[in-house]
Amino acid sequence: MAEEIKAHITGVVFQIAAKTGDAIAVGDPVIVLESMKMEIPVEAPRAGTVTEIRVEEGQTVQEGETVAVIE
Amino acid sequence: MFRTVLVANRAEIARRVFRACRTLGIRPVAVYSEADRDAPHVSEADDAYPIGGAAARESYLNIEAILDAARRAKADAIHPGYGFLSENADFADACARAGFVFIGPGAEAIRAMGDKTEARRLMKAAGVPVLPGSEAAVTDVAAARRLAEATGFPVMLKATAGGGGIGMARVETSAALERAFAAAFRRSQAAFGVGALYVERWLDRPRHVEVQVFGDGTGHVAHLHERECSVQRRHQKLVEESPAPDLPPATKAGLLAAAVAGARAIGYVNAGTLEFLVDGSGAFYFLEMNTRLQVEHPVTEVVTGVDLVVSQLRAAAGQRPEWMQDDIVPRGAAIEGRVYAEDPAKSFLPSPGTVERLAVPSGPGIRVDSGIEVGSVVTVHYDPLLMKVIAHGATRAEAIDRLRAALTGCVIEGVKTTLPFLGRVLAHDGFRRGAVDTQMVERGAFNG
Repeated sequence: MAEEIKAHITGVVFQIAAKTGDAIAVGDPVIVLESMKMEIPVEAPRAGTVTEIRVEEGQTVQEGETVAVIE
Repeated sequence: MFRTVLVANRAEIARRVFRACRTLGIRPVAVYSEADRDAPHVSEADDAYPIGGAAARESYLNIEAILDAARRAKADAIHPGYGFLSENADFADACARAGFVFIGPGAEAIRAMGDKTEARRLMKAAGVPVLPGSEAAVTDVAAARRLAEATGFPVMLKATAGGGGIGMARVETSAALERAFAAAFRRSQAAFGVGALYVERWLDRPRHVEVQVFGDGTGHVAHLHERECSVQRRHQKLVEESPAPDLPPATKAGLLAAAVAGARAIGYVNAGTLEFLVDGSGAFYFLEMNTRLQVEHPVTEVVTGVDLVVSQLRAAAGQRPEWMQDDIVPRGAAIEGRVYAEDPAKSFLPSPGTVERLAVPSGPGIRVDSGIEVGSVVTVHYDPLLMKVIAHGATRAEAIDRLRAALTGCVIEGVKTTLPFLGRVLAHDGFRRGAVDTQMVERGAFNG
């Protein structure tokens, strides 16, 4: 079942840590946001395969916005 | 004296430097990013120049844009504030080449202290105690393991180009070293462009005590006593005070003498701070030197009566300070609380937003250095410091009580702030007794 991974804070995408097709474990960083000089990972809520990355490096994302999808 | 000074910074520290400029009859000029077009520091300056996009690297870290603004403003000198380009030796050099006085130390001192292993080497040579660990930078895990085993676990891995806690990791065992080394190396490479690390012994529950120094440019280095800054999260300070509570007299005397000796050994000019860790026995070790004005400089100003920014401007203009070492007599106690747009309930995650309501505290012995007003947008692009509230009292207890009362009267709506956390620190029994260490916040000592 597909699950959307949402940003838990507002920030700028600093790094995309996983790519489409990657198998990831619960707690793995999917993207890293930068906000107010802090790097904050957005982590996988469960294990799965990344099917979609919806953001690009340098893009601003709002709290609650979907950044990736895992299945 | 200078006629025009450009302040290459934003928010509270830009406004703080403007005040010192006006004290000396200098015309202060601001720069601003696209995100800061309506910021208080812009409207408050005599003149203001746009320097680029919201991201710091496009504006407040953009050396060419800042120098261009300084030319247009016909500035004589540039004050870097703290953060951004304040400890960038290439910027200090570029200012000099472009004909502007850089208000701070010489580029060589910035460069030497910015390389943390070189700083350790120079301080050790000057007789300043350093923590056991690296003599030089390490770039591979095998070298790090040899050093860590010789030093004894746990150890700290730190970035040689570091600062602000970036690329720092505590390593418990030899088995954990490889992974920690790779992560710290990568983070340091990303943040500073240099991955090299160094190894230092980890101390259990140390205090962070630092010494304010000032070099007048004629070979004299004075100290302006110490600041206690142990209440920290992620190696970033939240509460600072002067004097340090319950510091053994021999430790205090040793710290002050070591700081002056260290600064003198590198021919230090202008304001700077040597940071130390103090262990349970009162022994102290050099951590690093900040070759700039510190965020927490007001606590020193309040207890000594010296305006450090005015002193910086005078020294940079070639004037002798109006005070000598013997004139520096601390009076009472001062304590500062940093109000950040962070949510203490969510492990201090950033809380961007718009300031919708604001009540700034006041009262006897209260000073507020603020960067915000109603309507200010707190963006993700910059440090989340909103304001600093500083209290002065005849005793430490009075200073703490005054700060508590002031923070109770401080209202900031629209963003989450560290105000409730600061209230818990000031009410905490251990803190009030002066029993502080740098690991208290992470241990959850102040959780409500």
